[in-house]
Amino acid sequence: MSAVRDSVVERGAPDGSRMNADVRLSIEQVSYAYSPNPSQAPIFTLEATSFQVRAGEIVAILGPNASGKSTVLRLIAGALQPLSGRILLNGSETHSMEPRTRAQRIAMVQQESQLLFPARVWEFVLQGRHPHGKSLRFETENDVKIAKNALGQVGAHQLMDRWMDQISGGEKQRVILARALAQQPVLLLLDEPTLHLDIGAQVDFLHTLRKLTVANKYAVVIVTHELNLAGEYADQVVLMQKGKCLRVGTPASVYQRDLLEQVFQTQLTVEQRVNGRPRVNVLESSEETK
Amino acid sequence: MQPLTLGKVAVRCGILAVVLFVVVVIALKFGAVPVSLYGLAKDLLGVLIGRSSEISSEYGMIIREIRLPRIALGIFVGASLSVAGTSFQALLRNPLADPYVLGVSFGASVGSILALITEPHLSLRPEIAAVFTPLGGFLGATLTIAVVYLLGRYHGEVDSKTLLLSGVIAGSFLSAIIMLFMTMLPSSNTRGMAYWLMGDLGTPTLPLLNWILRTGFFAGFALIYLTASDLNLLIAGEKEAMHLGVDVKKVQLVVYLAASVLTGLAVSVSGSIGYVGLIVPHVMRMIFGTDYRMLLPASAFGGAIAVVIADTAARTVAAPSELPVGAITAIAGAPLFIYLLRRRLA
Repeated sequence: MSAVRDSVVERGAPDGSRMNADVRLSIEQVSYAYSPNPSQAPIFTLEATSFQVRAGEIVAILGPNASGKSTVLRLIAGALQPLSGRILLNGSETHSMEPRTRAQRIAMVQQESQLLFPARVWEFVLQGRHPHGKSLRFETENDVKIAKNALGQVGAHQLMDRWMDQISGGEKQRVILARALAQQPVLLLLDEPTLHLDIGAQVDFLHTLRKLTVANKYAVVIVTHELNLAGEYADQVVLMQKGKCLRVGTPASVYQRDLLEQVFQTQLTVEQRVNGRPRVNVLESSEETK
Repeated sequence: MQPLTLGKVAVRCGILAVVLFVVVVIALKFGAVPVSLYGLAKDLLGVLIGRSSEISSEYGMIIREIRLPRIALGIFVGASLSVAGTSFQALLRNPLADPYVLGVSFGASVGSILALITEPHLSLRPEIAAVFTPLGGFLGATLTIAVVYLLGRYHGEVDSKTLLLSGVIAGSFLSAIIMLFMTMLPSSNTRGMAYWLMGDLGTPTLPLLNWILRTGFFAGFALIYLTASDLNLLIAGEKEAMHLGVDVKKVQLVVYLAASVLTGLAVSVSGSIGYVGLIVPHVMRMIFGTDYRMLLPASAFGGAIAVVIADTAARTVAAPSELPVGAITAIAGAPLFIYLLRRRLA
């Protein structure tokens, strides 16, 4: 375990020599506008945004509320069509893929799944095999093997026969991740996956994610509010504000005190730790941020 | 981890088919003329496996001409309503959705009545005239579910309670329209008020219409069944289903149209039999689980069984007079609806 941790820290350290080889996902000058009524001016616009994600790399999209983080994620997922620019996953545009093909390559982990009827953990994880099945999609031995393996990878094998509504928030988040792994994707998207978790479960979750990203060579994009967790676990961060992509780079290069203070409208300090990772401390909030 | 297999589905459907057969034999026995249960079962089996083509002559006419057609009608009406209910539940993400509760059956009734009124004036060819009433039922059902769905949407999300309320109001409005029609029009060509509001299997249907009902059922069921595994995911939400590879818009459209066909067909030949699409899927979920690949065929058999039993009760409890079959299903269904609603709110 400690060997894994060490190697993670090592490869996560700032490294200017990485080349463009191995690029899985490439977001090229993507813009988007949303208006509830086509005749009115858009109430939200995303300005040209570009960044790239390599295999085995975690990119975190950071920013305050309404900065466009989730919009970028939904654009990458192919759920929205860019107004201009392209989003290429291994050379194909994500928006124009067939839903089935897309789900074979892109898996999405959302905050919480609402279940209308109770389901067992194993049934839930098997759903991840849906895009790979034949027309009626009765699961094969192989699907079962993959689902079991996915549960094992997130360390939730023992939960297999439990009901989804009877496990803890942290356990549920692992099971949702296992379902995404069962899709055998090349790209993993996570929308605030640690939002409802306590700090221990957050670290556990991201540590597992880090390990799997390296081992399985996933390209990972994660949307989060957690500056310090992103600083610790992400290889690159994309800092956004009001639909604009302000900065892309390693956490150490993006986490500048002035910049973060301006974006998050709060006073803070940034310290560089010995492992090359930055740590943000929020100072006592000033009057106007209260 | 024991996933559902085609074999498991087949075995369970076989068991349900046997139960349906037994129910049919018992239902055939009940009626004004006494019939031996043993002889009946033997004769029916003989016919089914092709060994003989005749039912004993003493009661053969009554069985063949009166009881069997009515039971056969009950089987297809029950299966259609139940599968439609199961489908609407997935489509609307609401376990209380049912063609009757959502007012869709009344919409189909109004459509069928309008078709019955206009048909004599159009001098149609007989084949077209035969599909005219079910077509009216289908259009009525399609329009009603569309309106109820739009009324139940709020800020792009379907709210479960608003949806149910919209359905109840639409149903109340449409049943008032039915009463208006029934009061203003001569009853000879539009059947009766009890028929459209409560459902009745006593009106004989033309052979062509019977054929349409059966073909329509199998076609509608097949279309919905092909999406069964998509429906399992759609129940968890549209976004989630999309990310798991479901072509959400396409599946919704197919299931919406097919379920409306099933409702329209059933209502055009039997009126608004209520709560079948609510009770049966609920019981089947308790027995077989929530996987739509099992639930859909189980609901079809269960709906057939439930309506044949209810109709047998309707024919016999107040003999020699008859109750509308919908009265029996409502007596069983309304309390269950309340129970499910309370449990959901809790």
